[in-house]
Amino acid sequence: MNPLDVPPDPAVPFQPRSGRRGSGFLTGPFRLGTTPSATVGPYLAIGLTWPDGIWAAEEGTEGGIWIRGRVLDGNGVIVLDAMVETWQADPDGGFPSPEDPRGAASYPGFRGHARAQTLSGEFGIYTLKPGRVPDGEGGLQAPHIDVSVFARGILDRVVTRICFADEVQANAEDAVLRGLPEDRRNTLLAIPADDGYRLDIRLQGDGETVFFAV
Amino acid sequence: MGSLVTGSYRPGMTGTTSTGGLHLPRYLHEPDATRTPVGFPDYKSTGLRAPLRTPVDLPHRLTEITGPVLGEDRVTSQDADLTLRNGGEAVGQRILVYGRVLDSDGRPVPDALVEVWQANAAGRYRHVVDNWPAPLDPHFDGLGRVVTDSLGRYEFMTIKPGAYPWGNHHNAWRPAHIHFSLFGRAFSQRLVTQMYFPDDPLFGQDPIYNAIPAAARHRAISRYSLERTQDNWALAFEWDVVLRGTDQTPFETDDDGDVA
Repeated sequence: MNPLDVPPDPAVPFQPRSGRRGSGFLTGPFRLGTTPSATVGPYLAIGLTWPDGIWAAEEGTEGGIWIRGRVLDGNGVIVLDAMVETWQADPDGGFPSPEDPRGAASYPGFRGHARAQTLSGEFGIYTLKPGRVPDGEGGLQAPHIDVSVFARGILDRVVTRICFADEVQANAEDAVLRGLPEDRRNTLLAIPADDGYRLDIRLQGDGETVFFAV
Repeated sequence: MGSLVTGSYRPGMTGTTSTGGLHLPRYLHEPDATRTPVGFPDYKSTGLRAPLRTPVDLPHRLTEITGPVLGEDRVTSQDADLTLRNGGEAVGQRILVYGRVLDSDGRPVPDALVEVWQANAAGRYRHVVDNWPAPLDPHFDGLGRVVTDSLGRYEFMTIKPGAYPWGNHHNAWRPAHIHFSLFGRAFSQRLVTQMYFPDDPLFGQDPIYNAIPAAARHRAISRYSLERTQDNWALAFEWDVVLRGTDQTPFETDDDGDVA
């Protein structure tokens, strides 16, 4: 059998079959350049609106909370054309994802992912408070939600986290939070509200939110 | 260390770290020389919106290497054809846009949700904020959604979007483009980008295109495809999207802190 005729099998790592790409050393790592990001632009509502976008958990799920906040620019002006996406663990610390090496968790009524736009002046997502997730070094992370912010005027998504101001003990043990000066750490701490939590995201300027390189 | 039961190794999990009993893939960083910066002075809206502080490194732990499962339930068969909406045919040059979603180690990304949106043939978006004097098309809403197949392939039929003015500077026009939003397997792979068409004369004056480092701009441009052009029906453009892949080298130790 001619090895060059083998059809691609998605389960097997890709082997370059043409001279167009590759280092010449086929035993070395093979790398494609990643596609460069671009701004989501002002018209993201056309393509990225889901009727069920804001529901990381189904409405009425026991323990459901709203997380709301504004996205602010460098002048403190509310950004009305941003989109916020969230991804998080369930209350038991599991993820509804087959990529979790512990296995995909299925927590009733929980999707883990939400997206919300800021057209009304703030974003709002409905979810469950995440549990603590192992940090892989024998400890536990503080409850957290990973957040991507997209907007006109931002050429690559910016990533931050939502943590919870009332998780004092867990926050004190969290490696990511511990690595930040206190005034900067506070930009990640959502404050308890009537029906959940609130946290503003400041893209720039005084009190700029901590953003992460992932 | 090792407070968890060791997860079993699964196909596709090359490039793992093994620490504390967890095997986690490490998603590679694109070098700064070939990745789009978050802000770019010539693109004026970035001035007050792009963060100014250096981002803090976040090691990839469980939250970053997992991601939502968004597949066929989010799309309908009509979502792959943008030329037929509201009971009629969109005006414009029909084009087939197709390609593969891969990760940077070359593996196809199957079952990936691809969302696209674009202006109509006259360069007008169906959006309340877009009110420049170009006609709307009652049979074009500019929204498409597809899911990649088992080989990472996607395709959709649409019309070629027009260029449009946007006020960033005098006589600023965006080159024709289609917005793409992609979910891979992991939060770390999330990508929103724009696909351009070959040889657009508007590239030179467009700061959004030029914000991409020169060495990577070609990756944002589709290729005209004679092979897939449909006789008496539609032109075809091919564009592969490459998401971040994982390191192929297994690491035994926490050698640089970038493991979990």
